[in-house]
Amino acid sequence: MTNNGGNSGEVLLEMRGLRIEGQSEDQWNEIVHGVDVTLRRGEVIGLIGESGAGKSTIGIASMGFARPGCRITGGSIVFDGMDLRVASDEQLRKLRGSRIAYVAQSAAAAFNPAHKLIDQYSETPVQHRVKSRAEAEKDAMELYRRLRLPDPENIGFRYPHQVSGGQLQRAMTAMAMACRPDLIVFDEPTTALDVTTQIEVLAAIKDVVEEFDTAAIYITHDLAVVAQMADRIMVLRYGDLVEEGNARDMLANPKEDYTRQLLAVRSYKKEEAPPDESPVPLLEVRNVTASYGGRVTVLEDVSVKVGRGRTVAVVGESGSGKSTLARVITGLLPPSEGAVLFDGEELPASYKRRSRDQLRHAQMIYQMPDTALNPRQKIRDIIGRPLSFYLGLKGAAREKRVRELLAMIEMDPDEFIDRLPGELSGGQKQRICIARALAAEPELIICDEVTSALDQLVAEEILKLLQRLQDELGVTYLFITHDIATVKAISDEIVVMLQGRVVDHGPKHDILTPPHDPYTDLLLSSVPEMDPDWLDDLLADRAARKARGEKVFESADQ
Amino acid sequence: MARIWKLLKSAPPTALFGLIVIVAYILIAIFGPILTPYGESEIVGTQFIPRGEQGFILGTDNLGRDMLTRLIYGARNTIGIAFVTTCLAFLIGGVLGLMATTLGGWVDQLLGRLVDVLMAIPILIFALLILTITGTSVPVLILVIAVLDSTRVFRLARAVSMNIVVLDFVEAARLRGEGTSWIITREILPNALPPLVAEFGLRFCFVFLFISALSFLGLGIQPPTADWGSMVRDNATLITYGEITPLMPAAAIALLTVGVNFVVDWFLHKTSGIRDDK
Repeated sequence: MTNNGGNSGEVLLEMRGLRIEGQSEDQWNEIVHGVDVTLRRGEVIGLIGESGAGKSTIGIASMGFARPGCRITGGSIVFDGMDLRVASDEQLRKLRGSRIAYVAQSAAAAFNPAHKLIDQYSETPVQHRVKSRAEAEKDAMELYRRLRLPDPENIGFRYPHQVSGGQLQRAMTAMAMACRPDLIVFDEPTTALDVTTQIEVLAAIKDVVEEFDTAAIYITHDLAVVAQMADRIMVLRYGDLVEEGNARDMLANPKEDYTRQLLAVRSYKKEEAPPDESPVPLLEVRNVTASYGGRVTVLEDVSVKVGRGRTVAVVGESGSGKSTLARVITGLLPPSEGAVLFDGEELPASYKRRSRDQLRHAQMIYQMPDTALNPRQKIRDIIGRPLSFYLGLKGAAREKRVRELLAMIEMDPDEFIDRLPGELSGGQKQRICIARALAAEPELIICDEVTSALDQLVAEEILKLLQRLQDELGVTYLFITHDIATVKAISDEIVVMLQGRVVDHGPKHDILTPPHDPYTDLLLSSVPEMDPDWLDDLLADRAARKARGEKVFESADQ
Repeated sequence: MARIWKLLKSAPPTALFGLIVIVAYILIAIFGPILTPYGESEIVGTQFIPRGEQGFILGTDNLGRDMLTRLIYGARNTIGIAFVTTCLAFLIGGVLGLMATTLGGWVDQLLGRLVDVLMAIPILIFALLILTITGTSVPVLILVIAVLDSTRVFRLARAVSMNIVVLDFVEAARLRGEGTSWIITREILPNALPPLVAEFGLRFCFVFLFISALSFLGLGIQPPTADWGSMVRDNATLITYGEITPLMPAAAIALLTVGVNFVVDWFLHKTSGIRDDK
């Protein structure tokens, strides 16, 4: 795919001066301001940008479609000689699914849970009369095999909930390939997946797209991912094109500041905090075993120590039990065995029996700032409540402290104190969550995936803020995350978890330099890098090691 | 004030119609004694004077009382009692429903099963049974209907708050050490309010119809107090003569019900954020 470079071949899709408006509060606002996209046969183009950049909207517009609440107001969309803006519904219906296909971000939400995979696969080709039902099924098995799904003959006869997220995403890609379309729009197909699963899906998509010489629009916010997939990259921001160019050239030599920022996004590193000299760690999780409802054990003999003023990152993929660990520490899930010690003192297992001071000392920041703030409370009340609840502040003293806290998280008190959470951006909401945690004057803050719902540049700002607060206030962090880049950026010590157990732990330097524990190695090597050859090299390396007879971890459930 | 005006301007015609109807009913109910030419149970002529004769716009009823006067007083009594009853039903059902989700466990089980038992008995028969035993007075009427209706409110409040209680900000409040009353009133209730308010409108109609039905059966609001349900029954004989006067109270009931529902639909539409797509 990278070899044809996108310079040859006839033009398949051409969008000129595309303008799209979105509706909010009975008003139409332009969200895409005249963007040009040209795609040749067999070419893969990467659309990259933060949320609100209009990348998905443009991707979908290539099918002549606008989401409900959006409308295409200007420009032309010509697909293989046909103007989609003037095409009739009947013509569009014939095109979609058969010649242009779409792969959604969440395969789990895009599949109908009531039908088997293969039934959903067959629907499109049979509907478009490309294949008979029997042919479609045979073809499905063939594609499942090429996409390296396990047991390709039978996997199609399962229901969506019976296969894993990564497998579902590949089944969705197979479905999009069913009519051998000329163009597939991939809308963040790996964003919701773990890194080790992401590799499998990326490799599979890359293979089939190359094999059938399909053109693709690959939408993502992750520059490292798009580097692996695309021949050409378009960087978008606020509905405008920032920079466009050949993938390799752009990565090697970005022209615009914004592109450079995106490229540099993972380079932030903190300085290591001084080691904790005191004999008793601030937090100690001692041999904890926990289960939900006494049946499924999610944590098994987990021990973690967190020193004062340090940042310990707990890293693992979904299902590793890292969030459950946070629930045990906060007392939401009393462990069946083991204990949680704070400052050498054993905490009651359930939060209900902990004293107000014990609760105050350990605060929590959540993954989704949208649901972590009560949408009906003003910022003043959200931050002010812990102040009056724990510290007994009232009236003017409370108001003063709220303003101090807002200044501390770099938000203007006059502007924000009377707002509701709905009037803030995601990054601002997360800052409010931080201020709420700080208001309690805690010693420990548990950060549960605090940056994963945010855009990369915003996430980096949040990490820097957290670091500055640690430097100023000496607060200790327990950082729960699946993102290795975050771990590298912010941690002093790392705990690697896999299926409810700690598989590796130690200071950051020891964990990140080889030799690694096999699972840590898999995790670290699976993080995409900006180098366009990274995926090919990695797969070649893994294949070579396998050929030499070494045992190679390729997924978390091995 | 400006916000309310803007809101009204954006309202669809059906909702505006509903609002006008409701406001008109409320005004009539409040200013009833001023508007009416006669006393509530004053006998002013012979029975069944036809419409428009002898200066009686709607004629007289089976005891020779002015229909228009009775109709206006009926608005006062029926709407007033229905409103108090609905409020009480929401107080009981809402508080218990939110408590069930917030506390969970055996409280939830106990309240849930209790409501199941109450709901298993047909509401009209249950009300008739209790009102026959206790005798009919306005306080008893209000209490019985409120308790029976609160079961429906309980179910809704529980269902709505179930989705709220699992959100992170509620967990954050629990971990802060907040008590149950704070969590219910400050964290959950404000977020559960839109569907509950919408339900209030609907429930109000049901209660209203229910009181009228009980009155029609003779177990609701007792004579000589004017009430739309019993007015229909008292004058039912006229229907056989092709006279539509006895249906006037029924029309009054129907109009208010339609008006309230229009407004509720609009409110639900606004708060649920549904957009009209092409």
